[in-house]
Amino acid sequence: MNAFYSNWLGGKKGAIELAILAAFIFIVMPLWLDIFRLNLVGKYLTYAFAAVGLVMVWGYGGILSLGQGVFFGLGGYCMAMYLKLEASDPVSTAHQTTPGIPDFMDWNQVTQLPLFWEPFHSLIFTLAAVIMVPLVLAYVISTAMFKRRVGGVYFSIITQAIAAILTILVVGQQGMTGGINGITDLKTLHGWNINTESAKYILYYVNGALLLGVIMLCRFILSSKFGRLLLAMRDKEDRVRFSGYDVANFKIFTFSMGAMISAIGGAMFILQVGFMSPSLIGIVPSIEMVIFAAIGGRVSLVGAVYGTLLVNYGKSAFSESFPSLWLLFMGALFIGVVMFFPNGLAGLYDVYLKGRVESLAGKFKKKNPPAILTPAKTELQNEL
Amino acid sequence: MLRKKSKSPTWNRAGRPENVSFLPVRKTVANAVAATLLIAFAGSSFGATPPTSQVDTTHLAVTDTEVIVGQLHSSTGTMAISETGAIEAERLAIDQINAMGGVLGRKIKVIQEDGGSDWPTFAEKAKKLLESDHVAAIFGCWTSASRKAVLPVLERDNGLLYYPTFYEGLEQSKNVVYTGQEATQQVFAGLDWVAKTKGSKTYYLIGSDYIWPRTTMKLARKYIETVLHGTVVGEEYAALGSTDFGSTINKIRLKKPDVIYAAVVGGSNVSWFKQLKAAGITGKDHTLLTLSVTEDEANGIGGENLLGFYSAMKYFQSLDTPGNKEFVKKFKAKWGAGAPIGDVTQAGYEGPWLWKAAVEKAGSFDTDKVVKAEESGQISFDAPEGMVYLESNHHLKTRLRIGEWRADGQADIVYTSDYIMPNPFPKGY
Repeated sequence: MNAFYSNWLGGKKGAIELAILAAFIFIVMPLWLDIFRLNLVGKYLTYAFAAVGLVMVWGYGGILSLGQGVFFGLGGYCMAMYLKLEASDPVSTAHQTTPGIPDFMDWNQVTQLPLFWEPFHSLIFTLAAVIMVPLVLAYVISTAMFKRRVGGVYFSIITQAIAAILTILVVGQQGMTGGINGITDLKTLHGWNINTESAKYILYYVNGALLLGVIMLCRFILSSKFGRLLLAMRDKEDRVRFSGYDVANFKIFTFSMGAMISAIGGAMFILQVGFMSPSLIGIVPSIEMVIFAAIGGRVSLVGAVYGTLLVNYGKSAFSESFPSLWLLFMGALFIGVVMFFPNGLAGLYDVYLKGRVESLAGKFKKKNPPAILTPAKTELQNEL
Repeated sequence: MLRKKSKSPTWNRAGRPENVSFLPVRKTVANAVAATLLIAFAGSSFGATPPTSQVDTTHLAVTDTEVIVGQLHSSTGTMAISETGAIEAERLAIDQINAMGGVLGRKIKVIQEDGGSDWPTFAEKAKKLLESDHVAAIFGCWTSASRKAVLPVLERDNGLLYYPTFYEGLEQSKNVVYTGQEATQQVFAGLDWVAKTKGSKTYYLIGSDYIWPRTTMKLARKYIETVLHGTVVGEEYAALGSTDFGSTINKIRLKKPDVIYAAVVGGSNVSWFKQLKAAGITGKDHTLLTLSVTEDEANGIGGENLLGFYSAMKYFQSLDTPGNKEFVKKFKAKWGAGAPIGDVTQAGYEGPWLWKAAVEKAGSFDTDKVVKAEESGQISFDAPEGMVYLESNHHLKTRLRIGEWRADGQADIVYTSDYIMPNPFPKGY
């Protein structure tokens, strides 16, 4: 129990943070918002998976990935393919030239289901693919790069190029992928209608639980020896290498894990939003995900969630009130955060609220030193 | 979700010879009847404004004095330049309707949302308009991708969308009215014209690589080969946003087609026409018929690059009718003299008017009743392009026009077709 407390929850500070986040997601939001807004929050929380993955990869691993959308998208496409096949049964597609295949294939004169679509009839295979496809791709990319000691800005550029390549591939192969329109009109998951109100509530809670689970898993990894090595690598890679560690393997593990976490978010996105589009895998969403993590404070797993919620709330609120000016407000928000709060929301919390929260919980004795270290205040400023 | 109706009244009526002059007469009679009814109604104790409980039984945003509609276009992002015209035209129509007293005695209030050129955002905003704001109708979308993203939301929440863009067809939802032309309306008559007037035998097809050009070219190829007995000497698709047409132009020079048939969209259009001109392929000695250049695009491409080329559209700003001149004058007065008016802009203008007509016929804002009115085959509107008739398959019966581009970015209309029945699911293609 004690090990669970200190390793998975991250000690007293971590437990309080998690409890607040859980209360926020599971109690405050559902009570406060109607189902439409709650569904939106659920959608934002799926982006938070990518942001949490980036905290691991970028905040702790020091690897800036500008292609996190690729993994988010691949997870999403795997899930969307399963749902699309289920929605394209021969009865509801009877008016097509070839009944039983997804509608966009029919529009593109494809007359037979492509081979790589076939296994997505199976839910088990799909769930495995949601995790494995991005994981394998991330493993291949990172092995190829890190074993050759490609790092830093070069790695960022390559991840960005991969995001661009994948978008072009998906858009170009529209007979097999739905092209620019994406995969739309998804209805059921294994016979369960995902568009009903109750399904939306259930998916929201499942999504929230998965997110907290992922954060706890990251906490566990970071509180281990691996976590300390990761920090050491980020701050002085050569010293770790000279101490006899294979730096590349640690990086590969971190990057692949970040990819896997994003992919879970992608799959949950499909279930809550009901369609997939190549605009989610490109460069722009990938960079937005970096912004989510940066606004939240890139070394705070919980902060990344708040950052994602804040940015997306801002996007929705500003664009509803100022349909043609809202991008300027968003730009001002980013500049303001980077200039005045380089450690994002988590930094704000540390400076202004931490003392109060801790004095509130002051009757507990301090036993566990905080497992999470904060970087120097100016570091983010320098990088951005 | 595609809903194809196996038996729709369109097919029954298709057998009857089209008599264009007959229809307005019928409309005048209908108007007279409606006017009489209205006068009779106004004399009764109700007045002209029926109570809200009567016109709204599905909890829409309707009060005794106001009805709220949504407007969902991209005012930011890459599509903003194309969608701005539609936004402005819809606003103009709504202002004019309000000045006339509104719909069922209620002024229209607009909630504008920005789709941000991003399809998931379109779906989110459509959901917001329908589920939070309970709007009575949405005027919006431009690209097929945004419409496809919004469609499941519309069908789930039973909303109404008036969609202004010419598009690929293969779709018919009870929740959408397509005020632009579907592919068969834009393709066949245009090809007939070019084959007849230019005596063309060989065609080179080029489009951007997505669903609309792909579908359109599929129809065009079949029509060229089976009806016109011509030959397609090349068919090519450029990636969306591509700006290099060098190899395409080389192939065109090699094959020497009688007609270049183009559906290149967006920013690619500018490079495409500039590079054609640079390669010496101009309107002087080549025939090029495009499906994707309206006055909006011409503005960006530059009239000198388009000079002598042809566009197939249902509307051109230069259309010389009193109705259109009035519309152009009002539009420029509201949005500035520089604003070009393209095909989609004009189709956007038709949306609120057709919705008004359908609501008034239904006597209610309820979606199901409005849809029934839309499908009655009796909704028509005297638009800037001329009379348009809303058919029971949710598309408009309109004419096709061929415009020859001038150096000033306006087109001379060189051909106007007869009325063409919309046929979103053409057989045999």
